[in-house]
Amino acid sequence: MSTTIFEPPPRAAVRRSAALASRRKAVDLMVKWFCLAATLVGLFFLASIMATLLWRGLASMDWVVLTEEFRPTRYGDETAPKGGLVHAILGSLIQTAIGTAIGTPIGLLVGTYLSEYARGSAFGNVLRFVSDVLLSAPSILIGLFIYQLVVLPMGGFSGIAGALALAIIVIPVVVRTTEDMLQLIPNTLREAVIGLGAPKWKMITLVCYKAAASGILTGILLAVARIAGETAPLLLTSFGNNVTSFDLSTAMASLPIAIYQQANSGFPDLIEIAWSGALLVTLGVLAINIIARTLLRGRQ
Amino acid sequence: MSSTTETKQSAEAGFGGMQARSGAQINATSRISVRNLDFYYGTNKALKGINLELPDRQVTGMIGPSGCGKSTLLRVLNRMYSLYPGQRAEGEVLMDGRNMIDPSVDLNELRSKVGMVFQKPTPFPMTIYDNIAFGIKLHEKLPKSELDDRIEWALSRAAIWGEVKDRLQSSAMGLSGGQQQRLCIARSIAVRPEVMLFDEPTSALDPISTLKIEELIDELKRDFTICIVTHNMQQAARCADQVAFFYLGELVEVAPAARMFTAPREKRTQEYITGRFG
Repeated sequence: MSTTIFEPPPRAAVRRSAALASRRKAVDLMVKWFCLAATLVGLFFLASIMATLLWRGLASMDWVVLTEEFRPTRYGDETAPKGGLVHAILGSLIQTAIGTAIGTPIGLLVGTYLSEYARGSAFGNVLRFVSDVLLSAPSILIGLFIYQLVVLPMGGFSGIAGALALAIIVIPVVVRTTEDMLQLIPNTLREAVIGLGAPKWKMITLVCYKAAASGILTGILLAVARIAGETAPLLLTSFGNNVTSFDLSTAMASLPIAIYQQANSGFPDLIEIAWSGALLVTLGVLAINIIARTLLRGRQ
Repeated sequence: MSSTTETKQSAEAGFGGMQARSGAQINATSRISVRNLDFYYGTNKALKGINLELPDRQVTGMIGPSGCGKSTLLRVLNRMYSLYPGQRAEGEVLMDGRNMIDPSVDLNELRSKVGMVFQKPTPFPMTIYDNIAFGIKLHEKLPKSELDDRIEWALSRAAIWGEVKDRLQSSAMGLSGGQQQRLCIARSIAVRPEVMLFDEPTSALDPISTLKIEELIDELKRDFTICIVTHNMQQAARCADQVAFFYLGELVEVAPAARMFTAPREKRTQEYITGRFG
């Protein structure tokens, strides 16, 4: 009788399991290298885009680009005055600000409704689905929608139409982040507020919003970053303009459209300015993203 | 119950190393009367014909294995279940002659009379001062000086004033777990309720903090009727005047704490408190 509790396995089985183990190790290593290779390919393209953008964008970036309005091409005449993008920068700032100001409260309220009032209800589920569809809708469709609804009745392109199109893009982004961030709040916190005898609206506005504030703010910033670079919905709504305009009832310039128009112009000096514009948009969006991420990290 | 020293003396003679209280007689008037209470989660009957008296300014401990319905009963007493569609209660929960589970009851007013402290501390994401002021402002409009006085009173009653009086304007999230729980108790008593419900208030706390909360409960029962759900038998023995044992949605036995832990009448009670199941 054996004194050990566990019988040692037969030799053949030991050999088989050793072979199996070395094969598993090889597969493990292979998968790891494939993942790394795929990551490097992605990073290469990203780095190449960023490098080109920085190189071409910085080459023509100067004070004139930031302070002067559009001027026609210089036809190679270096003594002729150079144009800039200030009309587009201001137009983008105005439309983005108004779009955010209109879209954020609507998105915030819908997100609150989904999280605090419509949890598990059929209507809430439909609403959430519609909002998610809107989130991934082609933005040119949103431009067309506003074109029909605002541009045609008003009889022309306008800054307010552009801002409204951007607002529609903001809404589903804010809806989703607001609902997600409110859902992170533990139910016991809600019960603690209710348990003190607070009505539900006070629970939401005084405690839940406060607990989810940095997350919701992050969502709003991400929405701003998203619309700051939108081109398609503006083509059919605010159209673009070669001069600075603060009049919301007429066509208004924006950075993405200025880039689109000048890059398509065929004149090397205008294409150079378009590169600077592209760099400006990218840096702006990057800055907003970094702020958003810092805020989110601060909360954790 | 005469004094704390007496309690400690009688504790020495407790059952099986447990500290049981001396007050064998529960003869106070009833603050809340639960009569023939049934409770449903959807179609699932979680409480079956509960009859229980909560004596005025005494501590009622509720014990029983997980899922036995003790927390459910607690959530009926302040109508917390009304937040969730599909949960409903039938029967009577009488307080001041009114049935508190009647749909016509003003829930905000009821909850100002019946405060609750939860298993995990639930500080609000605001300053310590605002945490306490929050509940008061819901029900009363006090001038600043009176509000300050009330906040100091509540924090003192919750035995945390000394630790926070110099940092009232800093965030409540920075307090330790035990301090947060005492802050939550202060927040509840600041509203000046008549009844305080504790749902496993120390299960997330270390032994020192637990001891402080238990001492606090002993102190608070001079002014408040207290109901505490606990999984800790020693805690029930230390804190409660009357103990109720729940099993599978039924109230199996209710008795003064001393008798409950020394001479339970029901076999199931005896098996549970001696650790045979649960």
